[in-house]
Amino acid sequence: MKFIKIIAWLALVALIVIQFFPITLNESDTVPQSDFMVENQVPATIKNRLQVSCYDCHSNNTDYPWYSKIQPAACYLEDHIQEGKDELNFNEWAEYSDRRKNSKLRSIISQIEEDKMPLDSYTLIHKDAILSDEDKRVIIDYMTALKDSLE
Amino acid sequence: MKTVKRTIGTMALAAIMVLTVSCKDGNKNEPAAPMSNEMHQESMDDKDNMAMNDNQDAKAVLQDYFKLKDALVETNNDKAKQLGATLASTLGSFDASSYSDNEQQELKDILEDAIEHAEHISESDMAHQREHFKILSKDVTDMVAITGTEMKIYEQFCPMYKNNEGGAWLSMNEEIRNPYFGDKMLKCGKVQREIN
Repeated sequence: MKFIKIIAWLALVALIVIQFFPITLNESDTVPQSDFMVENQVPATIKNRLQVSCYDCHSNNTDYPWYSKIQPAACYLEDHIQEGKDELNFNEWAEYSDRRKNSKLRSIISQIEEDKMPLDSYTLIHKDAILSDEDKRVIIDYMTALKDSLE
Repeated sequence: MKTVKRTIGTMALAAIMVLTVSCKDGNKNEPAAPMSNEMHQESMDDKDNMAMNDNQDAKAVLQDYFKLKDALVETNNDKAKQLGATLASTLGSFDASSYSDNEQQELKDILEDAIEHAEHISESDMAHQREHFKILSKDVTDMVAITGTEMKIYEQFCPMYKNNEGGAWLSMNEEIRNPYFGDKMLKCGKVQREIN
């Protein structure tokens, strides 16, 4: 019993202490000129879908939910966002070479086709980020057309 | 007094624990540094050998690419992972400085893209490895178009890959060994072009 009590105290103290760890928030007020939506003529519906379903982790501006500012969630999110941006950052689209744009588009298409993105752990909380079959079709068609225009 | 002592002890312990598992583990977020510089100091020092060394770089890339291709032919996921990582680092140490500005730009684009695919291959399942290999093959083919090659290379093509989208690859042997299907369709494909 005493043991459990110690563990519980430990956990509580740990939880409080980690709140003091600084978080680097992925936030930015401006949309850079190099953004995907700036460079390409993206239809409004697709724009909106990408913003809601992708931009939280694939751009320099995350729309943070309240719990994300509490540790350890913040820590977990920070890693995820960093990883997402390394893989694809829509804000830096114009800076990619055509060759890389091509690769990125190919990956975007296959990730959506295979339901790998948006991540399950993300849509679990962001219900509005779930892509309907229609959304998927429209996005894939758009990305495919864009890819073909680059080739 | 005893409880206070214990509380302090607990807190200290907790703090240590937290520090250990903290997410701020140093420079994790820094982009992977290109490995080009260190490994090619020699060729920088020795201007005379430069042209030859560059050819050597392309050759090294091709050799690692072929090894990776063979692992895919064997449908060996783990081996392909390892070889993908090796290829990524070989690509990273490619020194393009002796090429013309245009070629350098082109090579930079190619290498950047190729490294990304090789890295993905180093951490993916078989199906994804093959998907990335397809684009990687295009990158390597475009690289060879610039660097040239001493050895004879065959560009081969299997029209059936990815629901008949098809996929090309490079090989040193004329005989077909299909990296996209492995055992399932080992000999599917034909030589599309000879590069020399």
